[in-house]
Amino acid sequence: MTKFEEGLKKDEFVCSECLTCKKLVWPPNNFCNRCFGDVKWRPVSRCGKLVEFSKKDETVFCIAEFENEIRIMGSLKCSCVPVIGQSLKLVKCSHNESEEFVFQLLI
Amino acid sequence: MRKVALTGFGLTEFNKDDIAIDSLMLSAVKSLFDSAPNLSQKDVDVVLTSTNDNSKYLSSIVSEISGIRPKISHSVESLCNSGANSVISAFSYIASGLADVALVVGAERFDSPGLVLEWDKSRGQYKHPIYWSSMFTKSHVRKYGTTKEDLAIVSAKNHNHALDNPCAYFKKTYSIDEIMNSKNLTDDIRLLDCSMPCSGSAAILLASEEAMKKFTDSPVWITGIGQKTLSAGFTKNEELASMESTIDAATMAYKMAKKEPGDIDVAEVHDAFSICEIIEVEDLGFVRKGKGNEFVRTLYETNDRRINPRGGLIGAGHPLGATGMAQIVEIGQQLQGKAGKRQVSQARVGLVQNMSAAATSSSILILES
Repeated sequence: MTKFEEGLKKDEFVCSECLTCKKLVWPPNNFCNRCFGDVKWRPVSRCGKLVEFSKKDETVFCIAEFENEIRIMGSLKCSCVPVIGQSLKLVKCSHNESEEFVFQLLI
Repeated sequence: MRKVALTGFGLTEFNKDDIAIDSLMLSAVKSLFDSAPNLSQKDVDVVLTSTNDNSKYLSSIVSEISGIRPKISHSVESLCNSGANSVISAFSYIASGLADVALVVGAERFDSPGLVLEWDKSRGQYKHPIYWSSMFTKSHVRKYGTTKEDLAIVSAKNHNHALDNPCAYFKKTYSIDEIMNSKNLTDDIRLLDCSMPCSGSAAILLASEEAMKKFTDSPVWITGIGQKTLSAGFTKNEELASMESTIDAATMAYKMAKKEPGDIDVAEVHDAFSICEIIEVEDLGFVRKGKGNEFVRTLYETNDRRINPRGGLIGAGHPLGATGMAQIVEIGQQLQGKAGKRQVSQARVGLVQNMSAAATSSSILILES
């Protein structure tokens, strides 16, 4: 199990960052996918923005972007129609059979 | 680089039959040999298999049960464009002079493990393809005003075309209303906007200019190839209303073939979902960006079959590893003038666009008679 998955199991959203070029490595891995530099693992900001969304049954699902770098899909809690670019936060992440992310729109 | 021709084709019916992957492939190989009286197993020096099935050593198994002892034999897997990529690999062996005659066979079972993209961390729990296609659809709707009816027209058109394809999974047509009223899978995707997983197989024989003379007097030449991989993860697609990998691959293929979009008489494009065909006809340059919906509507209203004449993936079914090859078989037959009721008149230049996993990769071939 990777540090990314270990983190998700503890509701921690962590990613690897290159020690050489300082860029986030996404998807996370043990070496940088730009320069093959060594990495450190660090928490990702849980504040992001909405890229796109749709809805299945009563659940809104979406693509969210964090630190202008990492885009992931997850479910979206919202009480009104979302607007593209709207701010959101990651309120829960976990890893059961796969990664799971739950976002909430910020008013 | 030597010229390479497509010289023979084999297909099975696409259905939900529970058949082993090697048996499916053997059926397509038999169909190809049955239609090529001058072809002997001894002529074949490459056997490539393409599938998302988890079989091991499959190309050697298929070689053995087909009575072939090739020089080169291996599998090619790249999800939904495994088929086109295996044909391009065979092209490369022949063009380079490493081989003269290649048999390529693709197949999938209805329950393929390639249907769920569980390796993609960026998708979270949304691993099924309906989720990425919902994102593409929503984005195109927002940017270009594409409607649910526009989407339904793609499906209605391709089901109409499939009715004249004896190998197609679907054997019936649907009205636009029936498609729009089919089950909502998400807010943006209805059941009949989707291609269906199924069992099926397709086989193609490729040969050098010298070797092909034994097998056919109507060769179809591969004159353009373009391939592009952006990523494995869906969310690396920065622009959701376009397919960047298709744009890049098409640019390469047109350049190699010295052709332009206006030169293409007939095309098979990868309509895994209705929205895909609308985006692809734009990104292949057949129509200006944002006008794909109008273009497809005109095709439907005028019964113009030049896009997806066999019914595409939506009408013909989507046996992943066989899909790209079935697309190439269709364009090959069109350029030979042997497409029967599906024939597009005076088709001389054709294009195949086969993509994988939300267009994170695309493969394009330009074929000429």
